[in-house]
Amino acid sequence: MNLFKAKKILTSSITHIILIAVAVTCIFPVFWMLSSSLKTQEEIFTKMALFPETWQWGNYVEAFVKAEFGIYFLNSVFYTVVGVSCIVFITSLAAYGFARLEFWGKNFFFYLLISTLLIPIPGIFVPLYLLLKKLTLLDTRTGLLLCYISGGLAFGLFVLRSFFEELPKEIEEAALIDGCSRFGIYWRIALPLAKPAIATLVILNCLTIWNEFLMALVVLQDKAKMPIQRGLMVFQGTFITDYPLLMAGLTIATIPILIVYLLMQKHIVKGIAAGALKG
Amino acid sequence: MITPKEKTINMMFIMPALLLFLVFNFYPLLRTFQLSFFQWNGIDKEMVFVGFAQYKDILFNNPAFWKSMLNAGYITLLALTLQNGLALLLALLVNRQIKGDNIYRVIFFLPPVLSGIVVGLIWKFVYDGNFGILNHWLISLGFDNFKDFAWLSEIKTALSSVAVVHMWKGFGYGFIILLAGLQTIPNELYEAAEVDGADTWQQFKHITFPSMIPVFTIVTILTILGTMQIFDLIYSMTRGGPAGYTHVPITKIYEYMSNGEFGYSTAMAIIFGVVLLVVSFGQLYVSKKFNR
Repeated sequence: MNLFKAKKILTSSITHIILIAVAVTCIFPVFWMLSSSLKTQEEIFTKMALFPETWQWGNYVEAFVKAEFGIYFLNSVFYTVVGVSCIVFITSLAAYGFARLEFWGKNFFFYLLISTLLIPIPGIFVPLYLLLKKLTLLDTRTGLLLCYISGGLAFGLFVLRSFFEELPKEIEEAALIDGCSRFGIYWRIALPLAKPAIATLVILNCLTIWNEFLMALVVLQDKAKMPIQRGLMVFQGTFITDYPLLMAGLTIATIPILIVYLLMQKHIVKGIAAGALKG
Repeated sequence: MITPKEKTINMMFIMPALLLFLVFNFYPLLRTFQLSFFQWNGIDKEMVFVGFAQYKDILFNNPAFWKSMLNAGYITLLALTLQNGLALLLALLVNRQIKGDNIYRVIFFLPPVLSGIVVGLIWKFVYDGNFGILNHWLISLGFDNFKDFAWLSEIKTALSSVAVVHMWKGFGYGFIILLAGLQTIPNELYEAAEVDGADTWQQFKHITFPSMIPVFTIVTILTILGTMQIFDLIYSMTRGGPAGYTHVPITKIYEYMSNGEFGYSTAMAIIFGVVLLVVSFGQLYVSKKFNR
């Protein structure tokens, strides 16, 4: 019996040692970013201390103002808020249509719209660049937003249609008899009921748009319009060795993600796992 | 009964999505095919029709492109084995209802939610020859030959160094999916096996492994598609250097596009897309056969 107990404790200890080692490896680079963002240039070049000697909060002021991370940050907030709102509105409207209404070519259009989930299209940024150029939307906020919104359609439609289909029809039918329009039913009844699915969609799309880089690289040249991921590369290209400011910039780009992630981690983890296992 | 008029009005619900899709997804796809048969710099009015010449050139005459495929393939191979192996091990460990399993879950999924640019730039700093903490540690452990060793600019280490970062960023994603898969296996199966005297390895072999095959397939396909199309990490760490040793297909396509070779870059995108499609369908086919 004692031997059995000893074996159990040993297995559990080994398990935790492995898990803790991996956890430390996950956290350390992020910690190193935070710590370096509060050091002086000199400390970075001469010492390798884990913590800064005195915390240089001034680095953040400088990053926000002089290094223009303030502008990049606000741009990212703008792209994320507008992009995600449009994705949610457009996909929920269409998903409701596919789940509840009859119209011409319904199945055909549905599979056409979600086909981009199944077929990888690498290098789509090449024709998109040419298209935006033709529409004179190159180097504009609208152009980048249109790319983001169209990129989020298939996944949102896929998630929301199955959610709407599982909702009970009775309430909607009652509302229809009471003379509510189809759009009214969607807006006042179906959409509020879909809150859990929409929450998942909002969070995942926030992460995607906030972290997006390639389209921003292809579409934008004007610094005043760049989101923060693009701004980071511009800054890094100009001030290669200004590590404290770069690390402050990286932290500024990461803090919103960290907050959303820690508050919503259950939603995110569930959404990712469910999305992957369903698809 | 629904009248034809109603059927038409109902279409308004899908119109915004459909229009956006047609203009920003479908048209660019068709345009990719069309452009791939033309030589065009994006400025001239006239596009020169060249048929399959650009395809031929990429397939038989462009070793740099194939090198970029091999580079991405190398990272993918490492991700499929090391990264997913680690993800499975961790999922199995956390699945046994240990203390603090939720904390581990939160921490392991942290790297996947960070942006590729942020991760790339942090690690570039960690790898830095002069001011990187990695060399500092190696030197203090007595490996003096790592003084000023630039991991990302040395031909021998650049690609593997990038691969390590990619795996660091990616294993949590596989971990979460595998764990979700493990939790769908009913506990009764294990209890019954225990009564029959099956040990841990036998339980894994006869219960866990067979029930997880569909999940393994998904994780494998997602890993292949995600890794082959790697871009942000490469762009922020090496931009394909040193001397093309870390170029991957997407950085190649981007490079040709930046040089104004629109036709050539789309032909490259199509060849690459076909490769991805074949690989993922091949994987699905194999796993279905395996399942039977």
